[in-house]
Amino acid sequence: MTQEKQPITTNSAVPFPSTAVAAEAARDDAGIAKEDTAWTDRPEPAAGLAPITVAAPTPEPQDTAEGAPGRAPKMRADSISVFYGEKQALKDVSIQIHEDRVTAFIGPSGCGKSTFLRCFNRMNDTISGARVTGRIELDGEDINSAQMDVVHLRARVGMVFQKPNPFPKSIFENVAYGPRIHGLADKKADLEGIVEKSLKRAGLWDEVKDRLAESGTALSGGQQQRLCIARAIAVDPEVILMDEPASALDPIATAKIEELIHELRGRYAIAIVTHNMQQAARVSQRTAFFHLGELIEYGRTSDIFTNPREERTQDYITGRYG
Amino acid sequence: MSLTLALAAVLAIAAAAAYLGRNKAAGLRGGGARLNSLPSYHGGYVFLWAALPPLLLLAIWLPIHNALVEQAVSASPAGQQLPDFAMVREAILTEAREIATGQREAGFNPESAKLAPVYRSTMAHYAWIGGGLAILLALAGAAWALTRVRASFRARSGVERWVMGALVGASLIAILTTLGIVLSLLFESLRFFSMVPPAEFLFGTQWSPQMALRADQAGSSGAFGSLPLFWGTVFIGAIIAMVVAIPLGLMSAIFLTQYAPAKLRSVLKPALEILAGIPTVVYGYFAALTVAPAVRDIGINLGVGSASSESALAAGLVMGIMIIPLVSSMADDSIAAVPQSMRDGSLALGATRSETIKKVVLPAALPGVVGGVLLAVSRAIGETMIVVMAAGLAANLTLNPFESVTTVTTQIVQLLTGDQEFDSPKTLAAFALGLVLFVITLILNLIALRVVRKYREAYE
Repeated sequence: MTQEKQPITTNSAVPFPSTAVAAEAARDDAGIAKEDTAWTDRPEPAAGLAPITVAAPTPEPQDTAEGAPGRAPKMRADSISVFYGEKQALKDVSIQIHEDRVTAFIGPSGCGKSTFLRCFNRMNDTISGARVTGRIELDGEDINSAQMDVVHLRARVGMVFQKPNPFPKSIFENVAYGPRIHGLADKKADLEGIVEKSLKRAGLWDEVKDRLAESGTALSGGQQQRLCIARAIAVDPEVILMDEPASALDPIATAKIEELIHELRGRYAIAIVTHNMQQAARVSQRTAFFHLGELIEYGRTSDIFTNPREERTQDYITGRYG
Repeated sequence: MSLTLALAAVLAIAAAAAYLGRNKAAGLRGGGARLNSLPSYHGGYVFLWAALPPLLLLAIWLPIHNALVEQAVSASPAGQQLPDFAMVREAILTEAREIATGQREAGFNPESAKLAPVYRSTMAHYAWIGGGLAILLALAGAAWALTRVRASFRARSGVERWVMGALVGASLIAILTTLGIVLSLLFESLRFFSMVPPAEFLFGTQWSPQMALRADQAGSSGAFGSLPLFWGTVFIGAIIAMVVAIPLGLMSAIFLTQYAPAKLRSVLKPALEILAGIPTVVYGYFAALTVAPAVRDIGINLGVGSASSESALAAGLVMGIMIIPLVSSMADDSIAAVPQSMRDGSLALGATRSETIKKVVLPAALPGVVGGVLLAVSRAIGETMIVVMAAGLAANLTLNPFESVTTVTTQIVQLLTGDQEFDSPKTLAAFALGLVLFVITLILNLIALRVVRKYREAYE
């Protein structure tokens, strides 16, 4: 059974070695916070890793065992339900997003994964009739509380959308937009520095450094998406949410985005919604499988793809539906 | 036989022929043939062929009819004795026609009574010719179309062609009317420019269109420098009105599209559109009776000695209010056309709603907003009632909004009101003014449409 599913994880066209997934998984296991309860409640695939216990949802110091940087989750969602008018789009979902790790949300269309992602920076506020219940914390702070300014929240939790949506401004202005509104740079030189650094991190600098004054909308789709990532990076967020960032792109541009996600992982907590299971397998260390508004399974990506606990997960990743 | 009767006869023939055609087609189907078109289409086809050609003929005949009758009456023995003086002659002919058609009992001129029977018989004569031709044409059309009713005949596409012809005709009428208006404007303007040099008209700063009736009359030199008029028009319509309409219209559009909850929007938007439904004459007396005195008082309080009760400011303010719905609905459309994804992108970066609007939505919507503003300007400078009532008649070249200025449209009204002789430059100047105004608004509209179209291409 494991043999049958192996090709899914190895069948990658990404520039970094496909064995990376397994390696990440092994390395990551050491750093799992204990509150990852539901899905750690089973035998570990490999021996000699961090002892897993079903523990209270508070981080404990002994998480740092085995030398791995175990720590509290960057963001924690607790029994989140979302309603669009009368219709319930998401049912009682709890999940943690960790620093240094990419969490992928997968599932068939309409399963609520994008809706869930938009809860983390309160983008559902912009949809009239949408109602979110439950608690989401960023570094232990309730993001829906009155003390949390949504403007600051969104500066800390950036987002990249499905369709590249650069502003109809120059490439420079697109990236400088966030730093400007948040007053991150006083001098022009500082701003230029931020723009350059962000474009470099987004892997776009070499392609656009000679034409920063050109319109961002004149770039190719893949470049536009990396521009949007640079734009999100420019405000120095702690978490980056990506809503199917490569679904509108061709395979080469997709590979670049995936490579970029891989590189950004060290710096930001990343949550990515994807339709593409291979992509989830390639870029993520944690995978959450959603179906019909419910979280079916959440665990290490290597486990989800090689040894899922739930039959529905297995049916989905083997392509029986979805 | 009157032409009305001919008309009824044509319609009756067409109806009967349609019935026959339909029955013939139905009969073919009854006989087992597979019809290309439904029987009702065959009926319709026959009807169109029987009715439309004679109707067209009658439409052309009617205007010719009167000329033919008049000619024949003048050529008759009684008509030969009419006086040669054209005015008297025409008066008698008109009276005779009115007696002949029963519109009046007796004429003022005794000759008309003599002429009436001649008139009556000639009219009947030509009505017979016209009516007869129409009926013949109807019969011929019906017969021809009936012979075409066959199983394989494509009556449906035949009807389709007639429908297309009708649509082409309708649009042609609109285009030809526009062309006619432009040409009449052009020819009258050319007459004017043959009396007043175009350079003097376009660049002169003296406007005093009163012509001397007698050679020794003083003070009426007839100066046709239209610059003060166009300045007044621009000052009121393109400057003061826009200073009012652009911010208010834009802000209300932003509120309606970005901030107002759906319920409030559904109330406010129609309320704003009521502004567009107020007749301009109502705006006019609002400007003249309410706003203008208030503006004059403000001007006097501010120490502007020349504050007039008919000021550019009063007319411009009210015109700006009138234009708000136009600016706001165009801005509304173009703001709503900015993709939500762009707004989301900005909001997700931690921008507030107003920052998003200011820095992303408005710049993206700008071409559409500019297009709307240009259309509003062209509407404002062509607007007449408000400025006639509130702007005054003094052709001043002034920057002081409290002073009275006059506009092109106001002057056209002045030049053409009352009894006029259509061979003096004073009257013809109205056409030249109209022509220049038309050219300006045409250019503005073309630019606006192009800007708006370019913008649409960018987002769809």
